[in-house]
Amino acid sequence: MSRVLDRRQVLRGATLAGSGLALSAYMPAWAQPVSAGIAKPLPTVSGDDITLKVAHQMMMIDGRQSHAIGINGTVPAPLIRLREGQNVRLHVVNELDEETSIHWHGLLVPFQMDGVPGINFPGIPARSTFTYEFPIIQSGTYWYHSHSGLQEQEGHYGPILIDPKNPDPVQFDREHVIVLSDHSFQHPHYLFDRLKKESGYFNRQRQTLGGLLAGKDQPLKERLMWGKMRMDPADVADVTGSTYTYLVNGHGPKDNWTALFRPGERVRLRFINASSMTTFNVRIPGLPMTIVAADGLNVRPIQIDEFQFGPAETYDAIVTPPDMRAYTLVGESVDRSGMARATLAPREGMAAEVPPLRKRPLATMKDMGMGGHDMSTMDHGSMQGMESGVTGAQAGSMAGMDHSTMDHGAGAGSMQGMDHSQMNHGAAGAAAGAMAGMTAPQAQSGAMAGMDHGSGAMPGMTDGQSMAGMDMGSMNMRDFSKAPGVKKGPGVQTISAMPVDRTGEPGQGLENVGHRVLTYRDLVALDRNPDTRAPEREIKLHLTGNMERYMWGFDGEKLSESPDPITLLHGERVRVTLINDTMMGHPIHIHGHFFDLVTGKGAYAPRKHTVLVQPGGTVSWDVTGEEGDWAFHCHMLYHMHAGMMRVVQVRKAGEAAA
Amino acid sequence: MKRSLLLVGLASAVASPVFGQSMDHSMHNMPGMTMPAKPVAKATPKPAGKAAAKPAAKRKAPVRRAAPRRAPTASARAADPHAGHDMSGMQGMNMGGQRAAPAQDPHAGHDMSAMPGMGSPAAAGQDPHAGHDMSAMPGMAMEGSQAGAKVGTDLPPGNKPAPAPSGDHLADRFWGADTMANSRENDLRREHGGMTYYQVLFNLAEYQARKGRDGYRWDGEAWVGGDINRLWLKSEGEGGVGKTLKSAELQALYSHALDPYWNLQAGVRYDFKPNPSRTYATIGIEGLAPYQFEVEGALFLSDKGDVLARAEGYYDQRITNYFVLQPRVEANFAAQDVRETGIGSGLTDLEAGLRLRYEGRREFAPYIGVSWERQFGDTARFSRARGDDTGGFSFVAGVRTWF
Repeated sequence: MSRVLDRRQVLRGATLAGSGLALSAYMPAWAQPVSAGIAKPLPTVSGDDITLKVAHQMMMIDGRQSHAIGINGTVPAPLIRLREGQNVRLHVVNELDEETSIHWHGLLVPFQMDGVPGINFPGIPARSTFTYEFPIIQSGTYWYHSHSGLQEQEGHYGPILIDPKNPDPVQFDREHVIVLSDHSFQHPHYLFDRLKKESGYFNRQRQTLGGLLAGKDQPLKERLMWGKMRMDPADVADVTGSTYTYLVNGHGPKDNWTALFRPGERVRLRFINASSMTTFNVRIPGLPMTIVAADGLNVRPIQIDEFQFGPAETYDAIVTPPDMRAYTLVGESVDRSGMARATLAPREGMAAEVPPLRKRPLATMKDMGMGGHDMSTMDHGSMQGMESGVTGAQAGSMAGMDHSTMDHGAGAGSMQGMDHSQMNHGAAGAAAGAMAGMTAPQAQSGAMAGMDHGSGAMPGMTDGQSMAGMDMGSMNMRDFSKAPGVKKGPGVQTISAMPVDRTGEPGQGLENVGHRVLTYRDLVALDRNPDTRAPEREIKLHLTGNMERYMWGFDGEKLSESPDPITLLHGERVRVTLINDTMMGHPIHIHGHFFDLVTGKGAYAPRKHTVLVQPGGTVSWDVTGEEGDWAFHCHMLYHMHAGMMRVVQVRKAGEAAA
Repeated sequence: MKRSLLLVGLASAVASPVFGQSMDHSMHNMPGMTMPAKPVAKATPKPAGKAAAKPAAKRKAPVRRAAPRRAPTASARAADPHAGHDMSGMQGMNMGGQRAAPAQDPHAGHDMSAMPGMGSPAAAGQDPHAGHDMSAMPGMAMEGSQAGAKVGTDLPPGNKPAPAPSGDHLADRFWGADTMANSRENDLRREHGGMTYYQVLFNLAEYQARKGRDGYRWDGEAWVGGDINRLWLKSEGEGGVGKTLKSAELQALYSHALDPYWNLQAGVRYDFKPNPSRTYATIGIEGLAPYQFEVEGALFLSDKGDVLARAEGYYDQRITNYFVLQPRVEANFAAQDVRETGIGSGLTDLEAGLRLRYEGRREFAPYIGVSWERQFGDTARFSRARGDDTGGFSFVAGVRTWF
């Protein structure tokens, strides 16, 4: 456990501050230390009866004062430490002059305690107190935050840690909660307003003429193509390091928050991405991480060197630093415009080299939902592209495929029925027959990757001529026939023509980083999924948006347009397939439920509450309805604020409208 | 006759951006969408998941110091047909040929070395999750993978119809219907896409230096509203230093979003200058054309029955992420002579400018540049008759600003 800061440590920190200066030589300017390291643990509250006071306050970030909304005087809000099986009463005292709320992110609570104003309760009015009360029926790493306005961006977020009732299957000697977040010295409404007026406002890494002349980024031909599409491939993050300071436990990179360890100890890092708008790429150079839990629930240990971390997700990792040396914990924003930085060290005041920001990625055609077009590789991704939109119905069609036949290239016959209808390529039609039958649902198409494509089992596919005949000329950026449920309107800038399941990919910009990066397909639940029934139906939802107007929604509609709720029956098992029609990643979160990711893990699917849907990608998950009205939204705060939210209405069978 | 022909031409010119955006791009030349003649299947498809797992498996126990915490349960060693395979991929396939696979470990292919605290160098089933009942694990391996016996998320969905939405709101039962109705309106709908926004933008606000007759010019707009419907105000004008205004107009328009990029705008335009002032009914279109050109076109019908038109376009070329070069063109047309205001039929005047601005702050970007203005046809003739000039070069300096 983290230690309490005592006087002696403070003094020691002061003496080490001097040596910290020597370190500055190899740190970029923005990471110049203002402190030798802050090993202060998060203030913790626990028990059956907890009081949380929400109020304006000031906070210090990298030596600079900033306004914030905090709880009990701290940002992040205090760590709420609970025990599985207890009952908790949380008295939330709103000392603001505006309404507030707290949503318990990832906790399974009665819906009226879930904390979303307008769905679960009416909010907590200014200068009043509201008491939440619910039983704790789970364990793991979670968090809580305001669901009112943009308060979350101002600091209204904190960690929740629930100790399991039974012995923890994950063994560790010490643990640290690592809350990553993004903080701006400007007001969140100002930030959102900038995006509405000029969506590229915060991007200072766009492609330029200077870059073109210097031979950087895309060649002219590609730039023209993207220009023609009216798309900016450099648009990887809406709000960037140009206004954000990325925080670890409320401390900036120069503050150098420090997590202590003794060499050889097994240290459990409980990562929470409490940022409003930032997907982080998290790594600790020189120290592999073993992921043991995702979104609070245990997974089979998987050792990795880096993971992409969508807003609102949590991961628990075990690290075992072997030496008396410091390690830098890097949370690099997905567009590489800045980083959260902390240090793992045997004692305060130590620091390790801070790696420079890596080159920012540019969006590709795959990010534009044309993953299936990259036929040259014939890989996993492209296979899935071909079945876009055919998920599910023919799920069984793969089942009978004979593995050995495939391997021996025994031919065309073995794969009868592959559905090429989505591919739009007339000339390849002949080949289609040969591959027929491969309309596996996207969820299962990982299976395709394991097949020996080179064996000649798919003659049609190796025929360059048939590929050349594909009708690319008819490519339409907004082909609504690909998305029948989507409302046609200004809020839909693009429809992914060939979205692909990207859960086997490490995430945008991490394709070639030269070390092991976690993918969703690496995750396997430790415990058997509680509900392993087949989904009774499939709900397809398109994630839609318009960067130009900064509009975001599901199926082309904003919540403000009062779209019908997504309906489920209590206890009903459904598959939800999310299709990202935009070129941005969206962390999609459902309240009150865990869902089981469809990544080919059968009854051991990883269970999550938030999943990052990659640009132009799809994600499927199975979920069992829990009675109540629940929020369902993108956890990019400004996307949600712009309308990317729905209500999920779950009713008992008898009570549902006929 | 001539007039009506011109009108048709103008109308189509104005409307063309709308049609122009239905993108007919033959993608054959699209880079990034590589379509080689021989897209031979890659012999080694590499799903990233596999890539990540494999190297991990090879690095056996690099960090191995803690004593084994727990012996593997016997059941955890059950044979697994999936061993060594990418489990993610294989579910549900007939694995007949693989049954004889020698691997005995359900975790094979997983990174055992990663398992914290597991001293055992063998990949055979140390349990990092001490205290956990692993008896379920082999069961899973079986169910999940044996021929035909798919389970859980491997199962295909059915096609049961969705229940119809219920009109009620469950929270009403706890907090009262009125309270919740109010909250739904104010906290939910308004805060999630229902906001009103505004912007005031002066693309041009500049001093124009030219021989003997320095002047100033502005071109700005303001809007307020939601995503689809907005009230727009547009204004532009110019004058000579120390002289009266040469021209000044204000438009009040209702703007409706037609599609992701284009707005239809209709309303009134009032010209304060030149004298005599005029009022026009206006209809136009404004938006972003392919290749990121900001384009605007409008038709004006005056209270005297005269018809004018305007087309305007600019492009922001980033030289760096702070310096932006903006080429800009504006052309005005008239369907007839309007002698009172000195307008001749046809192309009346054209302005072409090139302005380099510095966006240290995007909202306040100072710029310098050149502007070339020219009157044509009868318009120029009328000006000459009045003794006015008909255009020329100027150096300009100003600020592009918005809030």
